[in-house]
Order: sequence, then C-alpha cells, then structure tokens
Amino acid sequence: MADAVCTFCGNVCDDVEFDVNTQKGKRLCALGLAKFREKERIKSPMINGKEVSYEEAVEETAEILVNAKKPLLYGWSSTVNEAIRYGIILTEKVGGVYDQCSSVCHAPGTLAIIEEGIPGGSLGTAKNRADVIVFWGCNPLEAHPRHPARYSAMAKGFLIKSRKDRKIVVVDVRKTKSAAMADKFIQIKPGYDYAIISALRALVKGEDIEAREVGGVPKEVLAELADMMKSANYGVIFYGLGITQSRGRDRNVENAVKLIQLLNRHTRWVIWPMRGHYNVVGAGEIPAWEVGFQYAIDFSRGYPRFSPAEFSAVEMLLRKDCDAMLVMSSDPAAHFPWKAVEHMKNIPVIQIDPFPNMTTLLSNVVIPSAVAGIEAEGNVYRMDGIVLRVKKLVDSEYWSDEKIVHEILKAVERRL
Amino acid sequence: MIEVEVITGRTIDQGKTVEEKFSEEYFNAVNYCEINEQDFKKLGLRDGDRVRVKTDFGEVVVYAKIGDVPEGVIFIPMGPYANRITSDDTDGTGMPRFKGIIGEIEKTDEPVKSVKQLLGVE
Amino acid sequence: MIEMLWIKNGIVVDPKNGIDAERMDIFVKNGKIVNEEDVRKEDCRVIDANNKLVVAGGVDMHAHIAGSKINVGRTMRPEEMRVVRQTAGKLRASMGRVLLTSPAIGYEYARMGYTTAVEAATPPIGAPHTHEELDSIPVVDKASLTVFGNWHPVFKYAADRDREKMKAFIAWALERTKGFGVKVVNPGGVEAWMYGGNVRNLDDEVPKWSVTPREIITELVNANEELNLPHSVHLHCNNLGVPGNYQTTIETIKLVSGIRNDSRQVLHVTHVQFNAYAGSSWRDVASGAAEIAKVVNSMDNVTIDMGQAIFGHATAMTSDAPFQFTLHKLTGSRWVNKDTEIEGGAGIVPITYMPKNPVHALQWAIGLELGLLVESDRVVLSTDYPNGGPYTEYPYVMAMLMSRRMREKELDRVSPYVQKATSLPAIEVEKTLYEVIEMTRSLPARVMGLESKGHLGTGADADIAIYNLNPNDLDPASQYDVVNREFRVPAYTIKDGEIIVKDGNLLKETWGRTYWVDARKKASVDSIDSDLNEFFTEYYTVRRENYGVAEYWMRKPERLEVN
Repeated sequence: MADAVCTFCGNVCDDVEFDVNTQKGKRLCALGLAKFREKERIKSPMINGKEVSYEEAVEETAEILVNAKKPLLYGWSSTVNEAIRYGIILTEKVGGVYDQCSSVCHAPGTLAIIEEGIPGGSLGTAKNRADVIVFWGCNPLEAHPRHPARYSAMAKGFLIKSRKDRKIVVVDVRKTKSAAMADKFIQIKPGYDYAIISALRALVKGEDIEAREVGGVPKEVLAELADMMKSANYGVIFYGLGITQSRGRDRNVENAVKLIQLLNRHTRWVIWPMRGHYNVVGAGEIPAWEVGFQYAIDFSRGYPRFSPAEFSAVEMLLRKDCDAMLVMSSDPAAHFPWKAVEHMKNIPVIQIDPFPNMTTLLSNVVIPSAVAGIEAEGNVYRMDGIVLRVKKLVDSEYWSDEKIVHEILKAVERRL
Repeated sequence: MIEVEVITGRTIDQGKTVEEKFSEEYFNAVNYCEINEQDFKKLGLRDGDRVRVKTDFGEVVVYAKIGDVPEGVIFIPMGPYANRITSDDTDGTGMPRFKGIIGEIEKTDEPVKSVKQLLGVE
Repeated sequence: MIEMLWIKNGIVVDPKNGIDAERMDIFVKNGKIVNEEDVRKEDCRVIDANNKLVVAGGVDMHAHIAGSKINVGRTMRPEEMRVVRQTAGKLRASMGRVLLTSPAIGYEYARMGYTTAVEAATPPIGAPHTHEELDSIPVVDKASLTVFGNWHPVFKYAADRDREKMKAFIAWALERTKGFGVKVVNPGGVEAWMYGGNVRNLDDEVPKWSVTPREIITELVNANEELNLPHSVHLHCNNLGVPGNYQTTIETIKLVSGIRNDSRQVLHVTHVQFNAYAGSSWRDVASGAAEIAKVVNSMDNVTIDMGQAIFGHATAMTSDAPFQFTLHKLTGSRWVNKDTEIEGGAGIVPITYMPKNPVHALQWAIGLELGLLVESDRVVLSTDYPNGGPYTEYPYVMAMLMSRRMREKELDRVSPYVQKATSLPAIEVEKTLYEVIEMTRSLPARVMGLESKGHLGTGADADIAIYNLNPNDLDPASQYDVVNREFRVPAYTIKDGEIIVKDGNLLKETWGRTYWVDARKKASVDSIDSDLNEFFTEYYTVRRENYGVAEYWMRKPERLEVN
C-alpha cells in the first residue's frame, strides 16, 4: 500500500492508500477506487488513427495550433497546475482561446463573485465550527462521497464533537441519496432557487412574505429554515450544479451570496461551491494570476480578454468560431450539448488524455498521458482552494501532461 | 406522450465509469431516464421499456426506470444521451442549461443507440 | 553570469555605506558587486552613468503580490484587467490597473528600479499557492511572510507561556511554509471573527482561549528574538481602520520597550497609516500620526512602514477578516471572506480613494505625516499594495516627501478636512534624496535582515537602479515633477548583474530567488511532534505529511539558515 492523494473529485482526499499490484485501496470511495483501478488506455500517440511517436504528435499539434486562426484550448480541470500554467502560456503564444470545464459547471459562481464577491471558508472551517450545514442543489453522496465524513456532515473538530452538535439541511428538486443524511430535506420545484432564496432573505430580515408557498415550499418551512440560519453559530451553505445549471444560473448564486452577506449581520455564515473535478479550481486560479481571468479568455489580439458570451467553449463551438481545438483531459464530445459537439467534427481536434473517450473518436491527434496522482505528480487545488501535491506511485512510459504541454509550447515557439 | 421537465446530473455509477466510456458499465450508467411512478404508469411502461425524450434542442431514445422524482420531472445522468436534449442556449453566460429543460416523453420501440452510433462515427 | 559590468562615473547614493552623492564607479562580476581590482576592465561591459543617480535596487518589504488574496481579487475584479501594459511577444502580456497579473508584477517592479519584493501575508495552509504565484513573478527576488497571530497552537503556547514550544512551532511552520518571517495580523481578532466578533484592545480575551492580544504579541516577539530570525515580528495591529486606534498602536509599540537586538528592530509595525486614527467615530476622526511618530522616534527598536493611500483605485485585502467585513458594510461594496481552517482568515473589498472624500484625504495625509515625521532610519515607504494603492506610485510618494511645494499643490485639490484634522499642512520637513533612498533601499533591506540587498557595498547582490537624475544638480523641493517622472523610468535596472531594463524598456525576463528562513537548528522541533500529530488528526483536513511546501517544487529557493 502506498500513500496517495486522490485525483477524482474536488475533495482531493489526501488520506487514501492504493496498492498498484493488488489493485486494492484503503479509505477510497467508489469513485476513488474506480479512479485508481487499471483500465483501458490509449496505447500510443496517434495522428489520424495511425500510431506515431510522441515527438511526431507534438510537432503535428504545434503545426495545427500555429496554423489555426483561432484555436480553442479547452479542458484543464483534470491535470496538474504545472501543465495548466504551460497551457496558458501556450494559448497566449498561439493567440487562441483558453477555456476550462468550469464554463459548463461552476463558472456562474465566478460571475457571482464578480457581482458580489464570496464570503467563504476552507473545508476545515466547516469541519471545526459549523453547527448548521445546508447542501443546496448538490448531492455529495454521489458526486463527492467522502465530503460528509471528512469535511462536513459527520466531521468532528474544534467546536463540533459529534454529529448531534450539527444540523444538516438538504435542498433539492429530487430526493437524492444525500437527502437521507439530512435533519431537514426541503424539496423545491425545478428552477425556483432564486425565488426561494429571495424569500429567505426577506424572512431573515424580519419581513413578511405574502405568498403562502414559494417554489413548492410552504412559507412555514421557509420561516423555520430562516430561523435556523439566524440562530446558527457558524453556518455553511455548500451549493452545487442544481443552482448553477438551472434557470437563473449566476443570479441564483449571487442571490445566495446576498443571503450570506445578510446573515453575517446576525451571526457567522459562509458559502462555498462543491467543485467537481479534482483540479477544476486550479484551471481557474492559474490563468487568474497569469493573465487576469479564470476562463473564457481570448488572446487573438495579443492580450487577454474575458467574455463568457463569446469565448466560452460552448459558445465558440456553437458559433463555429474556432478552427482547431485542443482538449486537455476532458470529454466535451460526451458532455457538451450536441450542437456544440457537431462543430468538433469539422475542425482538427487534438486530445491529451490517459483514457479513450468520445472525444478520442473525433480527434485527429491523440496524445496519451500519464495519470496524474498515479503515474505523475504535481500540485492541484482542492475545491476550497487548498493546494495539495498529488503523488507518483508508479513509473510509466507515458509522458506527463506537464511534459506534453511543455514540449508543445517549445515546438510552437520554434515556429513563431 | 406527457410533458416533462428534464433534469440531468451526476450519479455514482456515471462517476465510477466516466474514464471507461466504451465499457458496457458506462453505457448502462448513462442511457436511461428516471420517471416518477405515476408518470411511468400513465405512459404504460414496464421494466426494460424505452422512451423517446424530445426537447426543442433534440431527441434521444433511452431506457425508462422508476425513480424518486416528482411527477412531471425526469432525470437523465449527465453524458452523451442527456446532451442530445439539453439546452445549448447559454444566455450569454457560457453555461448551457443542463437542468430544467421543457420537453415531452413517449414510449417507443426504437432501440437505444450505442455511444458510437450517437456520435455518428459508426 | 560571466558578464562583468563597469558602471562608470555615476553619482552614487548608498546610505548603508554612508555615501551621499559621490561620483564613483561600480563594478559587477558574477551577479555581485566587487572591488575594482576584481575585474578585468577591458572585459567589462561599460555602462555610462555620467551624471546619473546610481542606487541599489528598491526593496518592497510589504506588498500583497502572491497567493489566494490577490488572486481572488483578480477574479472578483475583471475590470482591473482592462489595462494592457504590454501585449504578448517575446515577453508575456502584462495586464492590470492596480491589481496586476504575476508577469506584470515583476515587470513593473523592474521598470521602476525595484528588485526585491516581499509578499506580506501568507495563510499557512495557503503557502503552496503563494509559492506557485511567487514562482510566476519574473525578475525580482521574493520572500513571503507566514501569518501566525490567530493560529491555534500559537494561542496555546502563548497561553501556556511555553517559549520553547513556541520557538519550535515557529521554526517548524517557517520551514513547512517556506516562509521568511513571523507575520501577525490582528492577533486574536480574527479568531473572534469566527464568532462574529473582534477584539477591541490588547487585553480582550480570545474566545475559548485564555489568552489576549498582548500575550500573543509579547510571546511571539520574545520567541522571534530568541530564535534570532533575520526579520522581527511584522505586526498588523489590532483595531485597524477604527477611529481612535492610534492609542492601541502606541500601546502595542510600547510592548517591546526593553527588548533589544543589535542588528535590527524587534518589532516592525506595518501600514501604520491604517492604524493612526484619532477621534471617536468617522465624524470626528483625525490624525494620530504625530503621536505615533513621537513614540517611534523615542524608541530605537521599532520600525514602521507607511501604508500610504494613493488617490484612485485600490483593493483592500488583508488577513484581518473582521475589518474587511466592516469595510464591506461601510461601503456596500463586494466582499470576499475566507476563513482558513483554524489558522485565521482573510477578506477582500474593492475601494477607491477620492481626494474630495474627507476620510480618504485624511488617510492620504496621515501616510505622508508618518513618512515625514518619523526619522528616516525607521520608516519604510510603502502603499501596502494594493490596499493603499499601486506600488507603481512610489515615485509620487518619494517626490511628495521631498517637496513641501508639491504637497501644498496637492493639498489644494483634496478635501479641506485635512486642514484641521492633520498636521500635514504645517509640516516643513523635506526629506533629502539620501533619506528617500534610505527609506526605499537600505532601510527595508535592514528591516528584513537581507544583508546583500539595499546597498552597493562589496559583496552585495548586483541589483542596481540608475536614474536620469544628477543629485548634485537637482533641487527636489522645486523640481518635484522631475523626481516624480524620473523614478518611474530608470535608465537601467540591473538584477544580479544582468541588464533587465534600459530607458524604461524591459529587455528580458529572468527569474529571481525566493528566500526562506530555516531556524530549525535553533529550536527543538521534536518537542512539538506529538502536539502536531494531535493537532493534525483532530482539526486539520489535510494530513501532516501533506502539509506545506517542498523545496524541489520551487523555481529558485534560497534557504537562509539561522545559526
């Protein structure tokens, strides 16, 4: 058994172990175990289906990127910071567009930060202090299985000595598996998050609301929740894609942030997104310090510009605005709306990924990579912005993402 | 045929198999929709039956299952099947609407396509 | 670096070595300043510095340049990134109005003749992030200060008066965070914020801990001195931003009377402008700078930096989370808060300093009062970037300190409130060029304990700035506009013996060191081993083994061992 840091979800559990020989692990959840287990790999670099060397694939990639008018370099949430940094510089050099998985995930939360900021905390503050935790539009038991035990619902710490010291609320449109761990489950109508949060803001302020129910929730239930929030010593809202991907999107998050601002006039509350991929936070942090923005960044004018309406991957593809695409450790062919995927069929696509996926089927250049956290090390950002070093447990013939992107960058620089 | 609101999202099985997209397990993890029991009956469905889900953005055939969702709401795990029918309109945010898309659902005898057939590469 | 430089005929101002505007030559070899006989003149690249001012590269000892605070600031404020300083080419695109991207931070320091910058507050668990960003800042040498003042083990060891364990903890933490020194921010107050409160004076008890700010500060200073770290405790006082707080500041400074260190101060109080308010509310707020200056001048073991406010855009970002919430309530502006484990917290709020706003004008005046009234060997020039404004405005501050005429002109455009609430209009002091060079070079280097920085003596790092100013031919009092202009555009910035900037233009990108302090030989880290294990098992969300930064992740670490 070797100490490992899990590279599946935003929990980045650093207390796990895995034995590469026996394929057995300790303390891994079902997702983590699946992550570490051996599975089908892309065998070799390929150009148009023909096996080639890494060097040839790198040269071909550089050629495509340099010749493209506006290449889209997308993905980045399942790789290490070192690779992301080279990716940003590469995009700047080729005058392309950088976008990352947040734009179809938690980026509305970034837009909310631009509007209102975010009153937040690290996961350790929830563990040590939170006596009320609300999971809103998220389903940790299926998306972040060890979150409740390590960081939130069941975690013990400085002020919280047992599960009884803490109240758990789950707000969702359906009775998810996570609803079972709640002291209070509130089922809401799809698309009514904004209205319900507005009602809570009024109730927390001490104002009455005229409606008898909001979004399928009786006023009494909302009043009870508002009281519970006000009387907490330290509360946390963890929110998920139920808020960012439904009607209202960024405005839902913004409204929730305003609720938290208000609650801090009474007691302490923080709010934080349940980020999905293990380094989707890094895919935003690194461009923020390198070029000033988190995602949807265009470099075609020689300097970065941010505009999600124009430069997010889905918008770029829908409008057929990119004439080449590099996909780093992601599968847009499976996870983008179909009309966006269709444009990928018309342009040269380069894929860097350890595993074959639907994007592989549409890619002209395929570059297999070492699995970060198993075959390659590097830094990643946990969902709360804490950096952890993921480990290399075993040697591999595959190049790391860091090396692949660095070599592409050098090949591009030779051409410029 | 009934009108529904479509929700898509993660499941544990989808998560477990997301790096094995060509496996039977992944196929089974993403090729169905969960329907409220009343709606399931209304559509005259039985276990193993298939439904066609149609929205303004496309249509797809998936297996039908009874799930813990409210009447008038169906849930499809995130993945290639769900994305045949999710909204590509981002309202300027860059974020497509993956949850809360209005559509309709009906029983069908058509087969569920494979992942490769869906992509049109087979 | 094989290249040797012969900087010829410059007018050298080098306060550390007592050189005041003397015409002399400077020689550089292998990135160091050397004696004339150590170079072969015919192999030297000659830089004609005839009638130009030659000084050491500037040292910014307190700026928020890397880590989670500035980065979420960038995320929250895309409007800051509409200023394009340089498009991408051979060098990187350089972006930002006041908040800058990492490449821009290094480039702009170099373009101003600054060659060292210290990140002022690193949340311990955020150290890997801070170092990733420091590694992305080109040209300058760097260091980061680790924040201690609200960390639970610090409370425990201060409450127990366990000096040995406190020393061990500091040594352990500096190594793990690759930190340079002990930063303390609103000791006890940030912990109180976790319950929605703050501490209001030095004797307020921290909730759930029988310990007070007075004890935390005193214990940390004593431990710091027993370890004999290069830098002293670096303190952001309690009650920041509160009218009447100058008294807390004075009381705090007096805590270290009687503690001595022969080579430097034993306490550095930072961005004092924000802690120098008299009055009882924002209606009657006034300057307490003169009183603070009197106390600092009367002591020989305390230094301060100004925290000058610059009119225009700024972003308040500190580990003082309760203050940031107050600011958010006061201005109604966006607010980021980040509580971190059981280590402390932080907040970020945008702000604009407006000349006609009485409070902002007061803040601007207080910074200048401190710079003028405190003796030049104990006040460092700073804006607490980006809290008081951009560091790129240091030349403005330098010019203001040197010219009463310039101050009078500026006073005409600001709120008349400063006329009655501060002593600035009456201050006659005009700092000399020598003093201003001291406040931006030799003093900050001495305060930080960076012996090879801030001067041009033999053995110093060849970090040199050359300006188109002839000290013997300049009257800063009347030629303030020349001072203000020329300090923005060095004729040369030389870093480690390499010419980085010429005539204000950036020629190349190099990578500086990151200094960190290893004091483990001076303490028994083993003595806290079981404490740490318990602490991590019970309260942390990362394992002890995975906490901190390893040297090999860093681009160019430089360990300073304390013996």
